[in-house]
Amino acid sequence: MKTINHDFHIIIIGGGVVGCAIARELSKYKIKIAVLEKEDDVGWGTSCRNSGVVHAGFNNRPGTLMAKFCVEGNKSFEDLCHQLGVPYKKIGKLVVAQKKEELKDLQKLKQQGDANRVDNLQIIGLNELKRLEPNLVGIAALYSPETAITSPYLLTIALAENALNNGASFFLNTEVKDISRLDNSYFKISTNRGEFTSSYVINSAGLYADRIARMAGIKKFSLYPCRGEYHILDKKASWMINHLVYPVPQDGTGGLGVHLTPTIDGNILIGPSNEYINRRNDFSSTFPIMKMLSAEAYSFLPLISSGDIIRSYSGLRAKQVPSSVGGFWDFVIEESDTVNNFINLIGIESPGLTAAQPIAQRVVNIINKKERLNSNSSFNPFRKGILKFEEQDEETKKALIKQDSNYGEIVCRCEKITKKEILEAANNPLGAKSLISIKYRTRAMMGRCQGGYCQTRIMEILREYFELDPKEITLKGNDSYLLNGYRSNKENNQSCQKKKLLSLEEGLLV
Amino acid sequence: MSEKEVIIIGGGAAGLAAAVACKQKGIEELLLIERGGYLGGILNQCIHDGFGLEKFHISLAGPEYAQRYIEQLLDQEIPYLLNSMVVSLTPQKEVVVMGSNGLQHFQAKVVILAMGCRERTRGAIGIPGARPSGIYTAGVAQELINLKDYMVGEKIVILGSGDIGLIMARRLTLEGAEVITVAEKLPYSSGLPRNINQCLYDFNIPLLLNHTVVDIEGNGRLSGVTIAQLGKRGGIIPGSKQKIACDTLLLSVGLIPENELSLEAGILLDPITGGPQVDQRGQTSLPGIFACGNVLQVHDIVDNVSLEAEYIVEGVAEYLRGKPRKECNIKVELEKGLRYVVPQTLNSLKDTLFSFRVNQPGEKKALIFHDGEKVIKKKSFPRVNPAEMIRVKLSSRELEDLKSLKVRLV
Repeated sequence: MKTINHDFHIIIIGGGVVGCAIARELSKYKIKIAVLEKEDDVGWGTSCRNSGVVHAGFNNRPGTLMAKFCVEGNKSFEDLCHQLGVPYKKIGKLVVAQKKEELKDLQKLKQQGDANRVDNLQIIGLNELKRLEPNLVGIAALYSPETAITSPYLLTIALAENALNNGASFFLNTEVKDISRLDNSYFKISTNRGEFTSSYVINSAGLYADRIARMAGIKKFSLYPCRGEYHILDKKASWMINHLVYPVPQDGTGGLGVHLTPTIDGNILIGPSNEYINRRNDFSSTFPIMKMLSAEAYSFLPLISSGDIIRSYSGLRAKQVPSSVGGFWDFVIEESDTVNNFINLIGIESPGLTAAQPIAQRVVNIINKKERLNSNSSFNPFRKGILKFEEQDEETKKALIKQDSNYGEIVCRCEKITKKEILEAANNPLGAKSLISIKYRTRAMMGRCQGGYCQTRIMEILREYFELDPKEITLKGNDSYLLNGYRSNKENNQSCQKKKLLSLEEGLLV
Repeated sequence: MSEKEVIIIGGGAAGLAAAVACKQKGIEELLLIERGGYLGGILNQCIHDGFGLEKFHISLAGPEYAQRYIEQLLDQEIPYLLNSMVVSLTPQKEVVVMGSNGLQHFQAKVVILAMGCRERTRGAIGIPGARPSGIYTAGVAQELINLKDYMVGEKIVILGSGDIGLIMARRLTLEGAEVITVAEKLPYSSGLPRNINQCLYDFNIPLLLNHTVVDIEGNGRLSGVTIAQLGKRGGIIPGSKQKIACDTLLLSVGLIPENELSLEAGILLDPITGGPQVDQRGQTSLPGIFACGNVLQVHDIVDNVSLEAEYIVEGVAEYLRGKPRKECNIKVELEKGLRYVVPQTLNSLKDTLFSFRVNQPGEKKALIFHDGEKVIKKKSFPRVNPAEMIRVKLSSRELEDLKSLKVRLV
């Protein structure tokens, strides 16, 4: 086994979209950087559990970092996606008023957007709304053509892979347990996988950023998880809307209201709710909210039926104030005033995905002011994603199958994902090996049968590819094992089986 | 483009029986297409016995049952493709198949849909709670244990009393796992009575009727579920929630005919069966495309799948001899007590086999077929059960001069 030098110039704690964007931004310079991520893959916190919206920037108070970075991020997002081989579609957003009283809120929202320098916002009346969205219930809307959608997890993966390719190191399954300062010049970071040292620490730990700060002796931050639940609809419902459809936001709540989000892959999301909870790892769906989401969606889009739902999930927002205060508090992106070279990113919630790149640039600027970073002349901004077989034309498909017969085997029927794509996902440069990592990279198991057909096949591919013991195949790393082992090898089972059979025989004799 | 008289999509019970029956009818240009690496489909993982009682008058295991058809298929040299997935079907019956040799185009005169069904998932029934590992549909668990030789868990709760769930309760017990309970949301089981007796009661596994799973716990692996009793209107009875520590939740909550291809081709589906709307010979809304087996309606006994496949091949042969004239266009109407009927329409008055499912269990019931005031047929049943499909044949004599057809259960 090769020994790893755990001494870095900069350590980034947290491999979410922001942490990975920072890693990529820093990989443009000649410095030794590492990302420590507690999960089995990047992007498994809030980054994979959101609406995947590239916001235009009219929801945020003028003068805030949120507003500034959101507008900046929106404008450069398409280029970023293009460089990284990540899907992006500018489909536009409608904030739909259903009551007359809401019309003035649309005006206010537009004014706020104009103040933030969001392009092309316009209020549209009933006729135009009906033309854009014939199936929708509403009387007027704020139309934002600059709002777009992307794949939040593919973007996070792409940022990480590109950073890795440009020299950054990634340590998965590496949970930070303690941080101490040694002779005032470098940090010692203790993890479940040994100790790391660095001159800088960037705390982009998302929901856990307050705890990481506290480990370094910075006590001024507290985070309050605010859960948002979602439903995912079958692709067969996707024709019903063309734009992102939002209600008029309510002041003081933790979110933007339950909206309908077409995803980049052609599903519709309903959600998210907003509910402050106590546990930071409670990604449950709850019965009352599941019901509420369906009802809210139905009020905008009566064509939706609960039979269209194929999955429900939830994500958590890292809120800086409790529910009693509510609302959005501005991003904190700053070097600690008490601990030198420790940079905190606190409360990076929506629009954190849109703002990831500007946030990363801000972090680099903070460091650049303290010491001049030398640029990495071999930095390559481009990264290729996994080729999607299904999106190719027939001639290309034929050529691909000829090249590699694994393209000729569809593993996931619903999403039409080939074995070649699964193998490429398994061969990911970060070394993530769980079922969920394959799912996010390929979309296998994301269709209407939810892995009923392909899950066992993908488990076999993973077992063979990584030469895993059955018990080592996991859903999402750590203790999420899928199998107890081989059926016949389990001593325990065998003796139990014998016992049962004996008792059965006895039963028969009587 | 290669031309075929008949292309059969799916090499499971229905597809195999249809292929053999086509050959017997003298159809030569025949091709069966299977996406898996072997013929027989789901029968291969059904290693328990009880198959073939009606068809062969002997109790066979699933793979044995399949083998009887596979041997006929091989004997008669019926061509088939393995590891080949139909990726496109057009109303003109052009079939595109993808396999390791690339994409192949076929033009068929007749297409027989025999794609079977898939299992309903957690997402579709909306079970709240966390999303740990250890939640399987019963069929996936069956595949892992019986075909891949893996063990899925040690302490198991099963939601839903569908037949695969019941079979798996016994299977897991024999493998040394502890099946704590089977919870069924309805006041009656959705599985066959014989499976309740042989798979649950013989192993002292409790069946909790009117119960469902209302919460799931676990961050990595499943650590427990909460079940609750449901009242008459489906609401949770206060105080009835109980937590059960377990590492596996198996779902046996229904099967859905796999009609993705049919939908893409534009075939009309029956919202209740989930399968195509068909006439008395299994012909769908697109001429020359027929359906049989679980893709048409979910069956409880494989013998009926084979019989249905053989039955619709009569229609296939007729169609190939020259498109039969529509003698009539009668929609079979259901009155009370019945959930669905197949076929949904009649366009000829020849002998017709009807399949029904009832809405709820009952005793001393009769099925009454009538044309206006005139009762055409009455058939009595000592008991009826939604888990057991009712099949009744009406002869051409009984159907003579039919103007309309209504059926009710009394």
